[in-house]
Amino acid sequence: MTDYETVVGLEVHCELATATKLFCGCRNAFGDEPNTNICPVCLGLPGSLPVINKRAVELALRIGAALNCTPQRSIFHRKNYFYPDMPKDYQISQYDEPINVDGWLELPDGSRVGIERAHMEEDTGKTTHIGGGGRIHEAGYSLVDYNRAGVPLVEIVSRPDIRSGAQARAYVDELRSILVATGSSDGRMEEGSLRVDANVSVRPVGATALGTRCEVKNLNSLRSLERAIDYEVRRQIEVVESGGRVAQETRHFDEGDNSTHSMRSKEEANDYRYFPEPDLTPLVPVAELLAAAGEGVGPMPAARRRRLAELLAADSELATRRDGSTDQVVTVVELGLDDLVHGAVAAGADARLALARASNEAAANPEGARLLDPVAFANLLKMESAGRLSATQSKEVLAELIKKGGDPAQIASRLGYEQMDASVLASMLDEVIAANPQEWERYREGDEKVAQFLLGQVMKASKGRANGKLVAEAFAARRDT
Amino acid sequence: MSEPDRLITPEQVRHVARLARLALDDDEVGRMALQLSAILEHVDAVRRLDTNDVPPTAHPFPVENVLRADTEVPCLERESVLSQAPAVESDRFRVPRIMGEAP
Amino acid sequence: MTASPAFEFASLAEIASSVRSGQLSARAFLAQSLGAIRELEGDLHCFNEITTDKAMADADEVDRMVRSGLDPGPLAGVPVALKDNLCTAGIPTTCSSKILEGWLPPYDATVVSRLRAAGAVLVGKTNLDEFAMGSSTENSAFGPTRNPWDTGRVPGGSSGGSAAAVAAGIVPLSFGSDTGGSIRQPAALCGIVGVKPTYGVVSRYGLIAFASSLDQIGPFATTVADAALGLEVVAGHDPMDSTSLARPAPSLLASLTEGVSGLRIGLVEDFLVDGSECVDAVVAAGEALAAAGAKVDMVTIPELLLGLPAYYVIAPAEASSNLSRYDGVRYGLRVDGPDTETMNARTRGEGFGPEVKRRIMMGTYALSAGYYDAYYGQAQKARTLVIRAFEAAYRNFDVLLTPTTPSVAFPFGSKVDDPIEMYMCDLCSIPSSLAGHPAASVPFALSSEGLPVGVQVLAPALGEAVMMRVAASLEAGASREARGPVRP
Repeated sequence: MTDYETVVGLEVHCELATATKLFCGCRNAFGDEPNTNICPVCLGLPGSLPVINKRAVELALRIGAALNCTPQRSIFHRKNYFYPDMPKDYQISQYDEPINVDGWLELPDGSRVGIERAHMEEDTGKTTHIGGGGRIHEAGYSLVDYNRAGVPLVEIVSRPDIRSGAQARAYVDELRSILVATGSSDGRMEEGSLRVDANVSVRPVGATALGTRCEVKNLNSLRSLERAIDYEVRRQIEVVESGGRVAQETRHFDEGDNSTHSMRSKEEANDYRYFPEPDLTPLVPVAELLAAAGEGVGPMPAARRRRLAELLAADSELATRRDGSTDQVVTVVELGLDDLVHGAVAAGADARLALARASNEAAANPEGARLLDPVAFANLLKMESAGRLSATQSKEVLAELIKKGGDPAQIASRLGYEQMDASVLASMLDEVIAANPQEWERYREGDEKVAQFLLGQVMKASKGRANGKLVAEAFAARRDT
Repeated sequence: MSEPDRLITPEQVRHVARLARLALDDDEVGRMALQLSAILEHVDAVRRLDTNDVPPTAHPFPVENVLRADTEVPCLERESVLSQAPAVESDRFRVPRIMGEAP
Repeated sequence: MTASPAFEFASLAEIASSVRSGQLSARAFLAQSLGAIRELEGDLHCFNEITTDKAMADADEVDRMVRSGLDPGPLAGVPVALKDNLCTAGIPTTCSSKILEGWLPPYDATVVSRLRAAGAVLVGKTNLDEFAMGSSTENSAFGPTRNPWDTGRVPGGSSGGSAAAVAAGIVPLSFGSDTGGSIRQPAALCGIVGVKPTYGVVSRYGLIAFASSLDQIGPFATTVADAALGLEVVAGHDPMDSTSLARPAPSLLASLTEGVSGLRIGLVEDFLVDGSECVDAVVAAGEALAAAGAKVDMVTIPELLLGLPAYYVIAPAEASSNLSRYDGVRYGLRVDGPDTETMNARTRGEGFGPEVKRRIMMGTYALSAGYYDAYYGQAQKARTLVIRAFEAAYRNFDVLLTPTTPSVAFPFGSKVDDPIEMYMCDLCSIPSSLAGHPAASVPFALSSEGLPVGVQVLAPALGEAVMMRVAASLEAGASREARGPVRP
């Protein structure tokens, strides 16, 4: 029985977050009335000419840098084919001289996926198929809206380094956080600003040659991506195991039954007749463009995760402990709360506690949490670490702090949670013991019921501000010494 | 003067016509094969040129980085465009059934 | 010395000056133009569209501005005709093709806006070879234009209508486009001045594309000075065209009459071999320039002969892509079909004429898988060789002279059935198109049959000023009868 290896490469198209389209000044917006964001250029009217959007170039370079690519001199090519959503019946894209090459993407689990290229191209219009259930082959006719035509895209092509549907999902997820973190794209699969096609093949474990691959399209969510790959891999293995050969084809993912189906496409492959776009000039990544590309961009998620993990690694015991801190690190970075944690630790808070609180409690309100003053957060955590607040109380104060800001000690006090100083507590115990020697003797001999009485005395003396649990522990500690 | 060799066959003509979305009847295909063959023979000098070490020229002048600012500019009135369209429905351009998915 | 015909327009400068001063009205010049149209258009068919009402409104606006003390611009009241591949908002723009019949652009080409801003009055859109592909205007879907010098002969192409309109004295200024000679050759065949500027000097925004790396817009006029003024008005950087050079319009008029003393002029031997009257004219032109003080020599640049085959790969290749958009979806002709692909093919099959189809096929083939390197790739390299050869020549010469085209105006039907024969018309004009260099045709002589013969002046990139200077000198040395306007 042969073991098979899954080999997947992903092509991800992302719409850039520019104000206008790639080659004209029409608004780059989702959801407007059909054919209201069009001009001679993006409609490809006779006589129109493209002019490159500088911001799109900067964002493309920014994405390349975030993916560790090398930027290079690039040109645009025409990719010639006929389709109604293409105003010029050629797409202005990049071919063998793309703007970014040879990068990689690091996933949260530490694995790396190679990036072959990340190039620029223009988007097409949108076609709606009418009649016959909305699927192309049964449709009576189609309607085209060119609002999206000319929107700037970056196509990110990975090397075939992905080995499972789950890893593919993690790749797209990480890619999306990078795109959002860099402000390059919204990364919304459901809105179409992030589109994924998968190239899937299998080969016997140990083989180096690539098997025949199938392209899978219509992947509208991360879940679909994972399921499609899993299905396709199973299907291809079945074909091979039964003595057949996998046909190189394009397949369509069916969300209804989580399977892929061969598309009734023409036998002949497309001949795109690429040639350099004569209406545009080459792009050279000069210093000014690179500087603008990098402006205001912080470190990438992988680097931020590493930096957070280093905080924990300072405690060597934690480094070896499997305590879900990896997941916490991922969550904190994803929510943009790592600066908060670093700030809190710098102000003296315990790293592990800061991480736990940030990934759990603060996660309930990430926008508010991002505005939280790290020093205030640190002060709260220090109160908890010192035992002045219980875990539950700390979480309540944190919620207040995020919602309304303020000083943790005052909030705790207002909520009645203020803990007593250990020595104050000790002296209160002294007073209560001294005032109730018989009860103290009975407690020392094991009478639990009287423990409640003693506790109550301390609570009364402290006007309710003592932490019941801590008082009970203090009594027990005294009894046991 | 003899007929030029068939540098391009009617079969190739049909293939190219399909790439170019040009409906040609059989007569046209035959004529096109002859005429294109003549043209190809005429431009053969280019094919046979020794061009080692000669870079191609895509543009007469080596200009680079012609860019524009990411600023919105008023676009076209939808009506001025749709009024020119052969078929319109629901403010969109209407086309007959599309065979095959987009590449 | 032959007197100027009575129907000849005054110079552009004189027209503008008399309109700006209020001495004469824009309406008066327009009336001259419309009167000529009434008289001649039936015979000549220069126009696809005559914009009478709009022209009157424009002329009235110019006159109103003058009355209000405003300056309409350097072409105030000048009647102008535009090749029908230049987009004019709200005015049909057809490229003389059935596939664009009746199409109304929603925008003006940059050149059109600049002409309007200069006070010019658009009289109509002129006939051309369909999509600018041809050298005779016989490839128009709406019938040919006739040469005013002999209506049994072609005016040349592809800008035949614009050339004939100036040659017949219908307008003093018109514009065409030149990809491999489409301004210069009709200028020569019609006995007028035609100029192709350096690639990038005039914006292509709004020029319906034929071959993007070669297309340029340029003026037709009866004199070098008028052509120079026309070019100055439309030239200069345009942010809507990425290939537009980041320079202002060239200054040509100032140096026009400086003469040619001391200039080094090369007669390109490789184009002077067929013993025709066109060749004789170039030799005579050389002698005239030498007499005027230039240093004239022969020069041989054999690489220029690579131009024709390279052009007939590059131009169709780019055209095949530029013309893909005519698919019956968004505008223009649609011939229905059961599915989109069939609709596309039928629309294009019926909408395009035979020459356009030939070039689309040639271009698609040259770019297709397996053939790119052999044809398009090689042709782009041949282009480099042409550019280098010119560079070497221009180290020793300021301008070059060649025939504009190998023959004078030929009878209808004599070349149109033989594509190669027709392509040969561009032999002398193609090299400067490939190099992106400016070139101008100046009427210099009459053939033994009384047909105009033009001489081509070539200059290096951005050499418009010296080119027009030499052109002006040639014009001064030519007989008045060698140039239009003429009436059929």
